Amino acid sequence: MSEERNFPIGNAILEIKNISLSFGGVKAITNTSFTVLEHEIRAIIGPNGAGKSSLLNCINGIYKPQEGSISFKGKMLEKINPNFIAQQGISRTFQNLALFKRMSVLDNILVGRQLHMSANFLQVALQLPKAMEEEQSNLAKCEEIVEFLEIHHIRDTPVGKLPYGLQKKVELGRALATDAEVLLLDEPMAGMNVEEKREMCRFILKVNDELGTTMVLIEHDMGVVMDISDNVVVLDYGKIIGDGPPDQVRSNQAVIDAYLGVAHD
Amino acid sequence: MKSKPVILCYSRNDITNFVVLMILGFAIIPFIVPTDYWYTSILIPWLCLSLAAIGQQIVMGYAGQLALGAAGFMAAGAFALFNLELRLPFLPFPVALGIAGLIAAAFGIIFGLPSLRVRGIYLMVATLASQFFIIWMIDKFGWFKNYDTSGIITAQDIVIFNKPFTTPFEMYLVIMVVVTVLTIFAINMTRGRTGRNWMAVRDMDLAAESMGISLLKTKLQAFAISAFFCGVAGALFAFTYLKSMEPVAFDIKLSFRILFMVILGGLGTISGAFIGAAFILLFPVVLNTFGNEFFHGMIDATIISSIELVVFGVLIIVFMIYEPLGMAKLWENLKLRIRSKFSNRFGGEQKA
Repeated sequence: MSEERNFPIGNAILEIKNISLSFGGVKAITNTSFTVLEHEIRAIIGPNGAGKSSLLNCINGIYKPQEGSISFKGKMLEKINPNFIAQQGISRTFQNLALFKRMSVLDNILVGRQLHMSANFLQVALQLPKAMEEEQSNLAKCEEIVEFLEIHHIRDTPVGKLPYGLQKKVELGRALATDAEVLLLDEPMAGMNVEEKREMCRFILKVNDELGTTMVLIEHDMGVVMDISDNVVVLDYGKIIGDGPPDQVRSNQAVIDAYLGVAHD
Repeated sequence: MKSKPVILCYSRNDITNFVVLMILGFAIIPFIVPTDYWYTSILIPWLCLSLAAIGQQIVMGYAGQLALGAAGFMAAGAFALFNLELRLPFLPFPVALGIAGLIAAAFGIIFGLPSLRVRGIYLMVATLASQFFIIWMIDKFGWFKNYDTSGIITAQDIVIFNKPFTTPFEMYLVIMVVVTVLTIFAINMTRGRTGRNWMAVRDMDLAAESMGISLLKTKLQAFAISAFFCGVAGALFAFTYLKSMEPVAFDIKLSFRILFMVILGGLGTISGAFIGAAFILLFPVVLNTFGNEFFHGMIDATIISSIELVVFGVLIIVFMIYEPLGMAKLWENLKLRIRSKFSNRFGGEQKA
C-alpha cells in the first residue's frame, strides 16, 4: 500500500476480546481476540466452517457470544442486537445477499439512509416540509452512490430481477449509504468472475481511500486478499492461527498447514 | 424509468390520474348514475371495502405480515363510532370518525403483538384472535350495544355542520371524500420512508434490522395504521351500507373476502385494493345477471352461488401461480403493451 493515504491507519476502532460462541455443543468460535484499526482494510480468511461469518455476525449483533466483549471506539457495546450496532455506525453486507428483492435499486439504497431520517409516519402521510426535505436530501445522497457504483442504468429495476454480480454491488451501495465508520463485508466477491472482482476491489479501495471507511472483509480469493488488505486474520476451527500483514501471514507455517494440510506419517 | 415528480412526490402521470378520477367520482358519476340502487348496493360498499382492503394491503402487502382479522377491526371502528355518536353527540362527525379509527388502531397494536414472535401462517392463526375477541366483546358486554335487546340497532344519521347526509347520493359524497383523503395518505406513506421500512421488513427482516430499522416499531406501526383504515372503513360500512349495528355482519367471512380482495387485486399496490374490491363485489352481480339472462331459471340460484365460490377458488389459485402481483399488475402490463404498440406504429410511420 502506498504511504500517502488520505486516511492513514490509526488506532484501534474495534476491539474483539476473548469471544466464544457455541451452538449447543458445537463451538463456532473459541476465545478469539483481535483488533481492527481505524481506516484499515482488514481481511478475515480461513477454510470453510472456520467461523468467519459467525465472527461477523457477532460483531453485527446477530449472534450473541456467550463469552467476551466487543468495544467500538473505546466503548464497550452494551447491547448486542443488529439495530443498536447499526446505530453505533457499523454496517454490513451478507454472504448470501440479503436485499429487499421487490424494491427498486434506489429504494434499497434509500433504506440504508434510514438512520439519517427521522420524519414520522404522520409527517410522511401529510407530506409535510420536514419529510419532503429529508426525502430529497437523502435521495440526492443515494443518487451519488448510484453514480459512484456505476449502476445508474438499473436504478429503478426491482433488485430481484438483477444478475448476481449487480445485486452484490447494490448491497455494497446499501451498506455505503449508511455512512458507517466500519463496514463488514461478508464475501463481497463470492461467485464473481475476474472482471467483476477487479471492479469490486476498485470500489472497496476507493471507498476506503476517499471516505476513510474501515473495512472488515471475508474473502476466499487469496490474490484479492493479498492485494487489497492491510492486515489479515486467519481463522481455523474457531481459533486465530495468524494475524498480521499479508506477507507475514503468507509465510506463517500454521496458516500454510491449515490451507494445504499437514502430512501425517 | 420512474417519472420525475412535479409537485411533492407526484409525477405528471399521478396528477392526471388523480384529476381524471376526481372528475369521474364527483362530476360524472352523479350525472350518469340516477338510481339509488347503484349507490346503495355497489358504489358505497365498494368504496368502504376498498378502504378496508387498503388497510389489509398495508399490513399484508407492504409490511408482509400475514394478518387475518380485518373485519374485527372494522367492527371495532363501527361500534366505536356508534358509541361516540351516542354518548358524545357534540363531537362533529369527522372527528368522531377519526377517533373511531384510532380506537381500532389501538386494537391493531394489541393484536399485532404476536407478529414480533411468530410469522407466516402461524401469525395468521394468532391474528384470528382479533376477529373473534372483538366480536365476542361487543356481544358479551351490553354497554357497547347500549343494552339493546332487539338485536338490531339502527345507526345514527350522519350530520356534518348541521346538515344531515341521509340520501344514498349524499352518503356517497361523504364516503368519496373520506376515501380520497385516506387513499392519498396511504399513497404518501407507501412512497415515503414509512412504506420503505415496511417493505424492507417484508422482504428481508434481518437486513432491515441491520440497517437500523426497529422491527418492533415498524410492525406495530403497520398493524396500527392498517387497523385505523379498517376501523374507519367499518364505521362507514355500518353507517351507510348496513345502516344498522350488527356484529354478525363483521364475521370471519368478511375478513376472508378482504383477504381475497388484496390477493386478487395485487399484493403491495394501493390500486390493487380498489381493483380487488371491485372484482369481489361485482363478480357475483355479473354472474347472477349472466345466469339469469342466458339460462332463464334453468339453473337454480343456489347452484349459481356455488359456482361463484368455485370460480373464486380457481381464480385465486391461478393468480397465485401465474401472477402473484394480481390484477393491478395485469393492468400495468396491458397499459405498457398498448403504449409500446402505439409508439411502435408512430415510430414506424416516422421512418416511412
